[in-house]
Amino acid sequence: MNAPLLQVNDLKKHFPIRGNLFGRSTSRVYAVDGVSFEIARGETLSLVGESGCGKSTVGRAILRLFDITAGQVVLDGQRIDDLSPDRLRRLRRRVQVVFQDPFSSLNPRLRVRDILAEPIRNFGLAKSSAELDSKVAALMDTVRLSRETLDRLPHEFSGGQRQRICIARALAAEPDLIVCDEAVSALDVSVKAQIVNLLQDLQHEFGLAMLFISHDLAIVEHMTHRVAVMYLGKIVEMAPRQQIFAVPRHPYTKALLSAVPVPDPTVRRTPMILKGDVPSPINPPSGCRFHTRCPFVFNRCRTEEPELRQRAEGQWAACHLDTLPEVQ
Amino acid sequence: MRLLEVENLQAQFRTPEGINRAVDGVSFHVDEGETLAIVGESGCGKSVTAMSLMRLIPEPPGKIAGSVRFRGRDLLQLSDREMRAIRGNDISMVFQEPMTSLNPVLTVGRQIGETLRLHQGLDKEAAEARAIEMLTLVGIPEPARRVREYPHQLSGGMRQRVMIAISLACSPRLLIADEPTTALDVTIQAQILQLMLDLKQRVGAAVILITHDLGVVAEVAERVMVMYAGRKVEEAPVAELFRNPRHPYTQGLLGAVPRLGSSLTGAARRLAEIPGQVPNLKRRIPGCAFAGRCSLATDLCREVAPGLEEKSPRHFAACHFARKDAIAA
Repeated sequence: MNAPLLQVNDLKKHFPIRGNLFGRSTSRVYAVDGVSFEIARGETLSLVGESGCGKSTVGRAILRLFDITAGQVVLDGQRIDDLSPDRLRRLRRRVQVVFQDPFSSLNPRLRVRDILAEPIRNFGLAKSSAELDSKVAALMDTVRLSRETLDRLPHEFSGGQRQRICIARALAAEPDLIVCDEAVSALDVSVKAQIVNLLQDLQHEFGLAMLFISHDLAIVEHMTHRVAVMYLGKIVEMAPRQQIFAVPRHPYTKALLSAVPVPDPTVRRTPMILKGDVPSPINPPSGCRFHTRCPFVFNRCRTEEPELRQRAEGQWAACHLDTLPEVQ
Repeated sequence: MRLLEVENLQAQFRTPEGINRAVDGVSFHVDEGETLAIVGESGCGKSVTAMSLMRLIPEPPGKIAGSVRFRGRDLLQLSDREMRAIRGNDISMVFQEPMTSLNPVLTVGRQIGETLRLHQGLDKEAAEARAIEMLTLVGIPEPARRVREYPHQLSGGMRQRVMIAISLACSPRLLIADEPTTALDVTIQAQILQLMLDLKQRVGAAVILITHDLGVVAEVAERVMVMYAGRKVEEAPVAELFRNPRHPYTQGLLGAVPRLGSSLTGAARRLAEIPGQVPNLKRRIPGCAFAGRCSLATDLCREVAPGLEEKSPRHFAACHFARKDAIAA
């Protein structure tokens, strides 16, 4: 089997909280606390979870938008978490990002032509200005925008069109991996479908790998090959799509899936409603981090942290329940 | 029994680029104790409709016309003073953003108590006692402590519970919930929807639920009204609408929603797209507002706006081409 495109080993990111007058940090936010996964070439891995679970922090760590606290990020056999800025710059081309909000992630003063030309120029991907122009024009075709609109400014486009520009900009660098951080969450239903379809087409066309960060499980199911569920900075379950949606193993995954409203009034379900809120990542619960909300909690969960263990082919879950006989 | 009857509601805004017809002649009703969902995408006018019912649109730049009959009285004709007696008392509202719709410098208890003191003339102590009851009702742990806390000390889900407590404090006849769970995580959304349903039963209020989430609609609503570009394009009982959508826009919307479990049934096909985008409301649209994106559209659609027609019992659609069943008189 080929080596994975991206490997993340025991990634940790803790943010210090500036405490007293002298700026000494008194406590830390354990945003990501020991996360490992791999993404193969051309594969989509989705990170799902609720606000504050650390899924965006993982995405940003891979993009190296900040230094990580511990662990390794390996792209195509090369560690990128400790590279010097200079060497990192060349690798940046290979990992690109599409953010949630297409209004704030485009420079309002640049014309679309310049937005798309910038990465091509910066990474030296065009030899002449004619080649640059043709590449920019081809990108517009790729994301199904009219070439006529190249000289417009971002504010002249709708939200969905802007997201297409963001995708075109990511593609301009000819990356191997695109991090989509809630890339379709801010869009309306009908536009969301357009962008989801576009992303899937592009993945087939260019063999892109994707890290798809989202809280929308129905979209994830539609898009992904594998899913990793995060809760309070940890992966609690990771499995291929069919398995996680058919037989979720972790109680949190079950609760997440059952909480999604079904767009079919003939389906009457009894959602598994969790008590309370997600605890603070500044002071995460002892033992299993989910124990404060878990309906199946028992003593061991409060003291001992469960490890991520393989439960079925490719399906990993971190729960003490799996050491007990199956109970339904 | 009709609780609310809205007729030919129009809300327009004067802008430098022209008049924006945010709501363009919408009529509907809500019965006592009923849950009506208003669905549509951003800019379809669903929130402006809600704000207009409550007369929360500043005039100018806004302008509201039509009639909004609540228990026989036209709210649009009332004085500001009379309207104030209705807001928060007979009709109350829950907004999307629990962060910005609570006052950050007042305790939760004061904010719940405010409506009670204003509308029911309770004194400070009685209002606080009632506020604690309300917090208990909406499932906030340690209500006696929480009542003295400020909004920033609460999580998003708890703030939305507080908003619901405020809105239900005076046992309103009608609750308008504008995207009440959109800003919340799914597990919290499930809690809040459950809570709203329980309380609605207990208080016996009618609910207008405004949302873009068809999943939430399917779970909560009894009747659904679909809006597009400031107009009502379809209305039907919820099961009927999902089983048999008549308007091409509704059909497109339902096709565009990914469904959980689709990968298991092998139904994970390409999502249906609605090509193009919502028309500019600052220009007058002579024909059907959806004509520009509709695969069935003809010259007739572009020139003549279709009227809302009862296509089968209690199922209305505004489309020249929607099939019509024979309806026995």
